[in-house]
Amino acid sequence: MLYREAGDFKTSYRDDGQTFPIRLDRWAYYAALVVAFLVVPFVINDYWANAVFVPFLIYAIAALGLNILTGYAGQVSLGTGGFMAVGAYAVYKLMTAFPEISIVIHILLAGGITAIVGMLFGLPSLRIKGFYLAVATLAAQFFLVWLFNKVPWFYNYSASGQINAPERTILGYAVTGPATSAPAKYLICLVFAFVLAWVARNLTRGMSGRKWMAIRDMDIAAEIIGVNPLTAKLSAFAMSSFFVGVAGALLFAVYLGAAEVGEAFGINKSFLVLFMIIIGGLGSIFGSFAGAAFMVLLPVLLKNVLVGGLGWPTDLAAHIELMIVGGLIVFFLIAEPHGLARLWALTKEKLRLWPFPH
Amino acid sequence: MDQMYFAAEVFLNGLMTGVMYALVALGFVLIFKASGVFNYAQGVLALFAALTLVGIQQGQVPFAHMINAMFGTHIEHFGWTVPSVLAILLTGAVMVLLAFLIEKLVLQHLIGQAPIILFMATIGLAYFLEGLGDVMWGADIKNLDVGLPQGISETIETATAEWFGYGLFIDRLDIWATLIAALLVAALVAFAQYTKQGRAMRAVADDHQAALSVGISLRFIWVMVWSIAGFVALVAGIMWGTKSGVQFSLSLIALKALPVLMLGGFTSIPGAIVGGLIIGVGEKLFEFFIGPMIGGATENWFAYVLALLFLVFRPQGLFGERIIERV
Repeated sequence: MLYREAGDFKTSYRDDGQTFPIRLDRWAYYAALVVAFLVVPFVINDYWANAVFVPFLIYAIAALGLNILTGYAGQVSLGTGGFMAVGAYAVYKLMTAFPEISIVIHILLAGGITAIVGMLFGLPSLRIKGFYLAVATLAAQFFLVWLFNKVPWFYNYSASGQINAPERTILGYAVTGPATSAPAKYLICLVFAFVLAWVARNLTRGMSGRKWMAIRDMDIAAEIIGVNPLTAKLSAFAMSSFFVGVAGALLFAVYLGAAEVGEAFGINKSFLVLFMIIIGGLGSIFGSFAGAAFMVLLPVLLKNVLVGGLGWPTDLAAHIELMIVGGLIVFFLIAEPHGLARLWALTKEKLRLWPFPH
Repeated sequence: MDQMYFAAEVFLNGLMTGVMYALVALGFVLIFKASGVFNYAQGVLALFAALTLVGIQQGQVPFAHMINAMFGTHIEHFGWTVPSVLAILLTGAVMVLLAFLIEKLVLQHLIGQAPIILFMATIGLAYFLEGLGDVMWGADIKNLDVGLPQGISETIETATAEWFGYGLFIDRLDIWATLIAALLVAALVAFAQYTKQGRAMRAVADDHQAALSVGISLRFIWVMVWSIAGFVALVAGIMWGTKSGVQFSLSLIALKALPVLMLGGFTSIPGAIVGGLIIGVGEKLFEFFIGPMIGGATENWFAYVLALLFLVFRPQGLFGERIIERV
């Protein structure tokens, strides 16, 4: 009774095919958007922005990107960290080289550059598949991190080898640099996350998404029905890398402010984002957000409970976090391979008939 | 001329490193052959084995760190030490138990899933075991000493100095590692060829269904294979642990073993060894000749890029089975 669709009639294909076919869902979505855009920016403080909201939104973008590649197109990638580094260093070079151009354009361009790099490393996917490819993408991860570490041009010959985001403004408000306020950080990430999620949703339910899914389900069959594997796989790599690049650019410029490539974009980032989409749900836009939220909130929660509540040492809490994350991955793969998104869908199914069981 | 001798030394050391890589890669190949599971956790298994070995040897209290945090006690050690041989045997038992638990709790529930799902499950397993190892035995760097000889081999140095006028520097541990690895491979091949369980293992690798239909217990074989892989991990852990101390970076050698496998083919034991040698020698020589020109530290990625380029031309690796797909 809480969740109902009675009386919610569709009279056209267009109505049937919309993202939220049930009126209640649609309202909930609009309400969430209103809260996210009009309420949260006024109540957010630095702690909430830095610990929860900004990383959540940025990782959600990265998870969307990886989900396009892994969840929709079926190409497992362990190079996400490396591609995020490409986005970060691209936006850094652009910010310092063309200071008068808007940061938004820089971030989008950084995404574009990452897309090109991603396509380059996606080329082997035409010959190799499955975990051979997964391992091959590790080549991208290690090579890119090494490259950004060793070639001083990328970090503008700075003595520390770090990159630091200079201050850039949008409409007079600082969005990068030390003077950035919490609402500004949050809003720029929110706008990017919202627009990119919208793009991802429409891409994946359109023709390119169908092609990707056909390749994922059975590449040979897809080829027979006229999907060109070359363009399908490379477009998946390009789109995915674009998202990941934007996420990397935001992570560096807006969230971290300063980054050292081995630390900020190491192999652990790749696994973190992979875990987000496994836990959230492979092949689901909502799952990307759910997974990102879960993986961002879990350490905060554990830290508050174990270190803050029980007074355990932080390193012990970190190790227990590893165990929990690893255990959850295995648990989700066994119990619910479609992740939190599927659990949420099941909950809705149950609520439709609640309180009657059948 | 000295440059050439030095290159020869780099080459030899590369061979020895390659043997170490091959040792880790072997564990992968065993599991992959018998169950089709690409076991990312092999490196963490090596770390876990080494941690357990040190813990047992030095009489550490398992979970001491956590117990101390929970009850405010200060226990660290039981106060005894265990002889190396016994400690190795006990660690072996722990690895068998671990194999049993992994089969029971993870693999059994994932039968029939896509290989890539199994692969991701082993990534989760790797994280879990890493956390477990740290919580059980503490995350500090530990020295592992089971009595293997270490340090520069003076016999070789003086002999080569007499012959060529240039003493080659070779670590005695590397020589021992090579010998032990060779023994291990011989034992594994003999096991697979001449024992009943070995034949059953090969049958399972060929065809799960057919093996089941002639009365081979799939679960027993899986536990056995994971136990053997755990044992190989223990050997690898001992070698690497003795060489560079037992610490987190030990689990990263798995990442080095992956390109070795790609090069050698996932299903071939000789492939793992040849691939290991090629990568070991290749990355050392590349670092020696090309490294200084482009900033060094090429060892991080050379293996991957080599394997990647190789795969584009021969996707199944050197000794891998050709995957034929027809439309």
